[in-house]
Amino acid sequence: MSAAAGFAPLAPASLIAPGFFSSDAVYTALIIGVLVAIVAGVVGTFTVLRGQSFAGHAFGDLGSTGGSGAYLVGVGPLWGFVVAGIAAAAAMEAIGVQRARGRDLATGIVLGAGLGLAALFLYLDTTATSTSGAAVTILFGSIFAVPASTVPVVVLLAVISLALTALLYRPLMLSSASPELAAARGVPVRTVGALFLVVLALTVALTAITIGSILSTALLIGPAAAALRLTRSPRAALASSAAIGVGTVVIGIVLAYDSNTWPPAGHAWPVSFFIVTLVLIAYLASGVPAHLRRRRDSREARGGAEVPSVGGETASAVSTVVR
Amino acid sequence: MKAPETVMMSAPAPAPADKADGAGTGAGAPTDVLSVQGVSVHLGGRQILRDVGFRIKAGELTGLIGSNGAGKTTLMRVILGLQAPSQGEVLIGGELRSRRAMKIGYVPQKFMLDPDAPLRARDLVALGIDGQRLGFALPSRRRTELVESMLAAVGAGHLANKRVGRLSGGEQQRVLIAHALVSRPQLLALDEPLANLDLPSGHEVVALLARIAHEQRVAVLISAHEMNPLLPVMDRIVYLAGGRAASGPTGEIVRADVLSHLYGHHVDVLHVHGRVLVVAGGESSGGHGEWAVGADEALTASEPDADGAESGDGSVEVIS
Repeated sequence: MSAAAGFAPLAPASLIAPGFFSSDAVYTALIIGVLVAIVAGVVGTFTVLRGQSFAGHAFGDLGSTGGSGAYLVGVGPLWGFVVAGIAAAAAMEAIGVQRARGRDLATGIVLGAGLGLAALFLYLDTTATSTSGAAVTILFGSIFAVPASTVPVVVLLAVISLALTALLYRPLMLSSASPELAAARGVPVRTVGALFLVVLALTVALTAITIGSILSTALLIGPAAAALRLTRSPRAALASSAAIGVGTVVIGIVLAYDSNTWPPAGHAWPVSFFIVTLVLIAYLASGVPAHLRRRRDSREARGGAEVPSVGGETASAVSTVVR
Repeated sequence: MKAPETVMMSAPAPAPADKADGAGTGAGAPTDVLSVQGVSVHLGGRQILRDVGFRIKAGELTGLIGSNGAGKTTLMRVILGLQAPSQGEVLIGGELRSRRAMKIGYVPQKFMLDPDAPLRARDLVALGIDGQRLGFALPSRRRTELVESMLAAVGAGHLANKRVGRLSGGEQQRVLIAHALVSRPQLLALDEPLANLDLPSGHEVVALLARIAHEQRVAVLISAHEMNPLLPVMDRIVYLAGGRAASGPTGEIVRADVLSHLYGHHVDVLHVHGRVLVVAGGESSGGHGEWAVGADEALTASEPDADGAESGDGSVEVIS
């Protein structure tokens, strides 16, 4: 590796280490990373809006079980993530039937049992293959190690997730804003919620393959949370959430590849570390304009944003609306 | 069981002079936007509503009045089709629950939205047009104009681009009313719209609703535990107590004899500086039974006592 990157870190041409664009592993990582970041940005926005971040995290935790189990039976961890996610979604839906009081307990117990199982599977994985790579790959991800053959499956899952979200868009938005409003309009709130859980499970499987099951929540929630602080319309929030996600993943991949030349030379840092750190930075940075805007808004509010009286001129507006 | 409210509605007196009510007094079904007929609801072994019946016509503003626990929310849910009645039926526009959701605009009492939620007032109102449909709504000038004129109609035109979660309670009420009205429902139902508003905001919302009822010829049903804010605009009242209802023109229902009959014990209706106070108990300390008229055994139920226990703290208990 060239030492140029170390000497001129501000020059973009040398920031990207030589060989970056000719590497197949990088190419695969970029395709998967960008696709997953878009899905996670879109689905994550609804997840934050619905207050289901914890469900997303639970899918990630149980993904560890599925991923390590898949390793044990010799299939790709992505399949394990997907199966565990769908099973967890079904379990959550079943638990959700009962009273809210029991829900936290049940979720905690199921999560604990799942992670316990993951501990067993990971132990068996390492003894069977006599490497410790499995645990790190499943828990913390290694996007450079994802085989190119996984790309079609990732594309398929991404398309399914995005298509379902697009199909559910309006009822999902309405029932996220207010279940009461949605129910009164005839939206089957429960069904919409269950379908969204499936979408969420698939999305977490995708983020788990990208940055590991334990870290998957970061890519799901972080860009969305940052976007919500920066935007006020649904479309802007979805677009900027996806954009922030793509940005963190791409820059993370570039930095990880580049880190091969960092001391101690010859050992690239984990790409998941970069992505998660960049997500945190994006989230913190997003608070700055939001804070400034809040101050401006409160100034405006004090500046006499008087509620207009229910007077004559609005009355004529009513009659124009009625036809 | 004989329907008690039909007894009370049997005196067809003209509406009070201050109510310039254009609607005919005939009980012709075609003009009834909402017709609740003999509705009873049992939930978990408890009777929440018993034999409730009333009608609402287009252009009328009706107050659904009752203390906490009287069954207002359950009745709202029955009207919305979210709760099946054990007995009786609800007709909207003369029809039985066919696409009922489209004919009712609903404003819930509970509306909590995160201040950061990326939903502007215009987005929420647009979801009122076709929020139940699958897929996206393609933006169009017609939609934008409809949404903006609806927001302007409720005096919230200036809030169109603000996040709903950051609006004040009164502003949110207006946006929710625009959301409910934009699909041109026959009935606008609001669950306790004044519960979380300060007095001036409450007055504005009430005036707005009265104007909507009369100008748009929409039937407006407002539930409230306090009738006084609605008195100036209320065409009719549905007074709920102990799961039973008395309904009719306000002046005919808010009377000592009618309400005593409904509660199953004696209540006084006092007029103090233009306000109406429904007072139970007299000088006896909490013993409703002593004052019960109790002529009709069917009316002496246990619920009024439960109601009284919730709010009663002294010898004179202001019910509403």
